Amino acid sequence: MNDNNDMLAGFASVEEALEPESFYEEEDVAEHQLFLTPAQMIIRRFVRNKLAVVGTTILVLMALFCFGVPLFYEYNQTEIFYLDKDTGEEIRTFDSEERMLNSILAVMQPPGKQHILGTNKMGQDMLARLMYGGRISLMVGFIVVIIELVIGVILGGLAGYYRGWVDIVLMRLVEIVSAIPFMPLMLIVSSLLIVVKISPANKIYYVMIVLGLLFWTSVARLVRGNILSLRESEYMQAADATGIRPWHKITRHLIPNTLPNLIVTATLDLGYIILIESTLSFLGVGVGVPYASWGNMVSEVADSIIMRQHPNIWISPGLCILITVLAFNFVGDGLRDATDPKMKR
Amino acid sequence: MRQYITRRLLISIIVLIGVSMMLYALSRLIPADYVTLTTSTQAKITEEMKDHLRDLYGLNTSFLTGYWNWFKSAIRLDFGVSLTYARPVTEVIGSCMAVTFSIAFIALLFEVAIGLPLGILAARKRNTKTDYIITAFIFIGISLPSFFFAAMLKRLFGFYGLNLLPTSGLLNPRILYDGFTLEKLKDYAQHLIIPILVFVLTGCGSWLRFTRANMIESLESDYVRTARAKGIPERRVVYTHAFRNTLIPIVTLLGASLPSLFSGAIITEQLFGIPGIGSTAFKAYELSDVPFLMGFNVFLAFLTIVGFLISDILYAVVDPRVRLS
Repeated sequence: MNDNNDMLAGFASVEEALEPESFYEEEDVAEHQLFLTPAQMIIRRFVRNKLAVVGTTILVLMALFCFGVPLFYEYNQTEIFYLDKDTGEEIRTFDSEERMLNSILAVMQPPGKQHILGTNKMGQDMLARLMYGGRISLMVGFIVVIIELVIGVILGGLAGYYRGWVDIVLMRLVEIVSAIPFMPLMLIVSSLLIVVKISPANKIYYVMIVLGLLFWTSVARLVRGNILSLRESEYMQAADATGIRPWHKITRHLIPNTLPNLIVTATLDLGYIILIESTLSFLGVGVGVPYASWGNMVSEVADSIIMRQHPNIWISPGLCILITVLAFNFVGDGLRDATDPKMKR
Repeated sequence: MRQYITRRLLISIIVLIGVSMMLYALSRLIPADYVTLTTSTQAKITEEMKDHLRDLYGLNTSFLTGYWNWFKSAIRLDFGVSLTYARPVTEVIGSCMAVTFSIAFIALLFEVAIGLPLGILAARKRNTKTDYIITAFIFIGISLPSFFFAAMLKRLFGFYGLNLLPTSGLLNPRILYDGFTLEKLKDYAQHLIIPILVFVLTGCGSWLRFTRANMIESLESDYVRTARAKGIPERRVVYTHAFRNTLIPIVTLLGASLPSLFSGAIITEQLFGIPGIGSTAFKAYELSDVPFLMGFNVFLAFLTIVGFLISDILYAVVDPRVRLS
């Protein structure tokens, strides 16, 4: 990767030289180039990629929508709304028993002034559920990626660094874990969790841990491959010659040089895991009622009345999943192109 | 070559034993075991009877003895009796495998038939409008949740929408077919259009992406430049010289997609009421049918390992360099 950095530097100077404005405006071109670190060059190339910028914007807005807006929004994800039978006005607090008897659930209200996206089958506010559902999706994505990175980097790093029998044992472990069929395993895990009577609110944490324990293999493979090729490089031989401790070799030289690849994989995995979480929640394996998740919100489509007459209930969470995953893929792809020294963009 | 295959085979056996041990451990983790689950509705059963049943099922043994017994019967393809279907697990899997396999196989053919040519096209016309359209298609394919897409198609083409296509089951229940006729085939085809469309659109993206990326790499390599410099026609350069090298990683991907032919998209089968292995497994899940799920899991793990093995061997066949290491 050090070679790559040199290549990056080379490209940047060529790029600078080819770009007329910077060529004429800057008084001292050479000096200007010196201050452009590899990270800055990656950022420049990333920003030039339109799709990547669009993706980043979507993700920032989505994070605000899911984590910021609920602080100011008046409704909660689990609050159930009622309608007065006679007047049709909405009731949130019952001031008398008579009124309580006179009320009906405000189910499947069309989008309107009080509820921007309407209400669902249970009489809950759709917009609030969309926000809290997004929280779950984003949180699951990040936590699973962190777990898989920690396990993958440690085990992949060990396998690549020590080689020999450590490598053989760890790679067999990687093969074993990647041979476990994912979906059927999740079904078993979920039925286990139900038997042990884990509450629907906590179920998702167990699901996250299981997902993390299953998905680290690709990270481990990537880190191992990178480290194996880095070990052959000349600067690593130089580092060996200075006699620094193995731990420092790993943390100071090897891991930072695999970082660009890791970031790309992590970003693309985020999108993939959100997709998987929503699929699990759709099947009822992930987040359970009454808590919202984009996946279990779409699952209300099984009701034919909702499918036909209330597209606001199932299309909006579906679109949210699509947009978020798409944005992660845009960003991941943009990062890959930006960190790839072969790309000249 | 023989040595290479033997080594890979041995490794596969080790991996298979590892996976089965992990899965067995998982089934032993269940606090309410198989016996408690099956007998919980019967009031008359006593603790002694339960213990006897546990002895029968080998649940009273230590982990290793239990695993060894389980392993011995698993080799004879005996995974016990499914709680939901009250038939041997192997029999249940066998009975619904054909449907799943045929649908997945047809879908895979379409995916490859669309993915490879379009991927090559995108790589050849890189950074043009064609490439951008195909890239957009890739992004949508890998980002679209299949259940959402399936629901949209169902709403659009089904009974509540345009009412063009049937959206449930495999055959029209109102018609009784005598033997296998063209009419029946047509009925099957009509029922399968939407499910296969879901498979193809959500699965095609990765094939396209893979082909495009690898093809771009081969087209930029030195030997392709040499071929062009020698004046070989562009068609030959692309499809013979460059594509051959792209084919190597594609072979690996094909091997890896073997288990997906049998795993059955649980969601798609569920949504469209297809009586395949995916919906069967989901039904088993809903009723906590652990023996079935375990058998199904082992079956898929076995297929995954066979898939790895096949792709490794094919890789060695097409790329002789691999055999040496």
